[in-house]
Amino acid sequence: MAGFPPPATIVATGLRKSFGDKVVLDGLDLDIAAGTIFALLGPNGAGKTTAVQILSTLIGADGGEARVAGHDLARDPGSVRAAIGVTGQFSAVDGLLTGAENLILMADLNHLRRAEGRRRAADLLRRFELDDAAKKPVATYSGGMRRRLDLAMTLVGEPRVIFLDEPTTGLDPRSRRTMWQIIRRLATGGVTIFLTTQYLDEADELADRIAVLDQGKLVAEGTAAELKSRVVGVPNPDLDDVFFALTGHPTTEKTAIEKTATEKMTEDLTGTGTTR
Amino acid sequence: MSVLSYAVRDSATMFRRNVRHTLRYPVMMIMSVGVPVILLLLFVDIFGGALNAGLGGGAAGLDGVPPGSRYIDYVVPGILLMTAGYGASTTALAVNRDMTEGVISRFRTMAISRASVLTGHVVAGLTRTMISMGLVVAVALTMGFRPSADLAGWLATIGVITLLVLALTWLAVSIGLLAQNAEGTSSFTLIVQILPFVSSAFVPPGSMSGGVRWFAQNEPFTPIIDTLRGLLLGTPIGDSGGLAVAWCAGLALAGYLWARALFRRDPIR
Repeated sequence: MAGFPPPATIVATGLRKSFGDKVVLDGLDLDIAAGTIFALLGPNGAGKTTAVQILSTLIGADGGEARVAGHDLARDPGSVRAAIGVTGQFSAVDGLLTGAENLILMADLNHLRRAEGRRRAADLLRRFELDDAAKKPVATYSGGMRRRLDLAMTLVGEPRVIFLDEPTTGLDPRSRRTMWQIIRRLATGGVTIFLTTQYLDEADELADRIAVLDQGKLVAEGTAAELKSRVVGVPNPDLDDVFFALTGHPTTEKTAIEKTATEKMTEDLTGTGTTR
Repeated sequence: MSVLSYAVRDSATMFRRNVRHTLRYPVMMIMSVGVPVILLLLFVDIFGGALNAGLGGGAAGLDGVPPGSRYIDYVVPGILLMTAGYGASTTALAVNRDMTEGVISRFRTMAISRASVLTGHVVAGLTRTMISMGLVVAVALTMGFRPSADLAGWLATIGVITLLVLALTWLAVSIGLLAQNAEGTSSFTLIVQILPFVSSAFVPPGSMSGGVRWFAQNEPFTPIIDTLRGLLLGTPIGDSGGLAVAWCAGLALAGYLWARALFRRDPIR
């Protein structure tokens, strides 16, 4: 990387957001070191997606401040956008184009030279095992393929900070493991990764640091081991126990995860439920 | 590169994307040419005989009808206006599909010219509709449409039509941004389909009654059609020309400002 760009950190203080009279983020503080994987863990409705939408400049916060990759979100959103990549919960691919065309579109919007754009697109198609489907319309892709293409599109601009909002929700176990490998490889390349998940094992598997979000507030932050050490009386606690110990209520996500996974698999099999 | 050249480059990228959509899924485009052609056939070949009789026979006093003209000459400017309306409806749908899919969130979080998303749609819509116009005029000529316009007349016609399509396209972009789903754009489609009927498109407003006549004489489509008719057929234009340009420019500006304001809002999840 040329020169010395500011470190790819994410720092936020007191982020607040309400939709109508529903408070979604109630004073979120974050301090994420460059080159680490940070997991924001919480059940549905905890405010994870809203946090990602604010930090990725998609929506404005009602209060608080944040700097991403050294740039202030409110004052300099353009510089933030130039440094980040976002793969949201709903697939952000152009369903009417082919996989290759989607990547070339990203290359053009990143103002890459034509040859460089094509080279990077071909490289990403290979890395994400999409070369066979490169010339097929994305509308024909499976859920796992769409998600891989989505992430590949995010990487075309070589972002230094990547936001992944529930990157494996709805994926089958194999696609999920593939996605984990990809995320780990990105982190070894020095990219800062901000990940949200409702899968407790996923945070444990990937993240250097985990923050637990409950009703718009962080209730704990630390490594998986540190969080586990806060549970008293359970011999070998998993993160479900951690969540219960921290919030006083269960995640209720165990059943929810299984339900979502089954639904998604049915969708994949029947071809319904084109993920938006 | 400067901010402006990035804006132009991003708009060109978005334009190419929209053209590719149209080429890959041409159904909407075919519809927006097909429906005006069907209307043309309907009005000329089915109603035309009766309407000819109504117009002709030296029925003086009907505004905008040159003596001895045939109904096809009278109706083509109105059909062109409907073509512009259908083209705009296609754009409204395309914008709405974009806004309700995840890819727009990606565009919004990229360091690109934000306006390029909209200008890409507008330029693509304008191109699509002008091609449709050309095809509809070609069909009309083979059906016996015989305008008397010279080169200057045709150029002026193209100018007025471009301004009209630009106005309707910016309005369509706003509707596409405003609507929660594809069905939400149908009100716009309905309006651009109904308004020409209550104008001088198919029959002279002078032949209508009471309140309908007042509306037809004062709605924006009437001076636009009368201007096109004057340019193509040599009928008197009067103050319709100024009114037509003012309406088109006003609607284009309103549509642009409205679309810009809507696009700047935080997207609702």
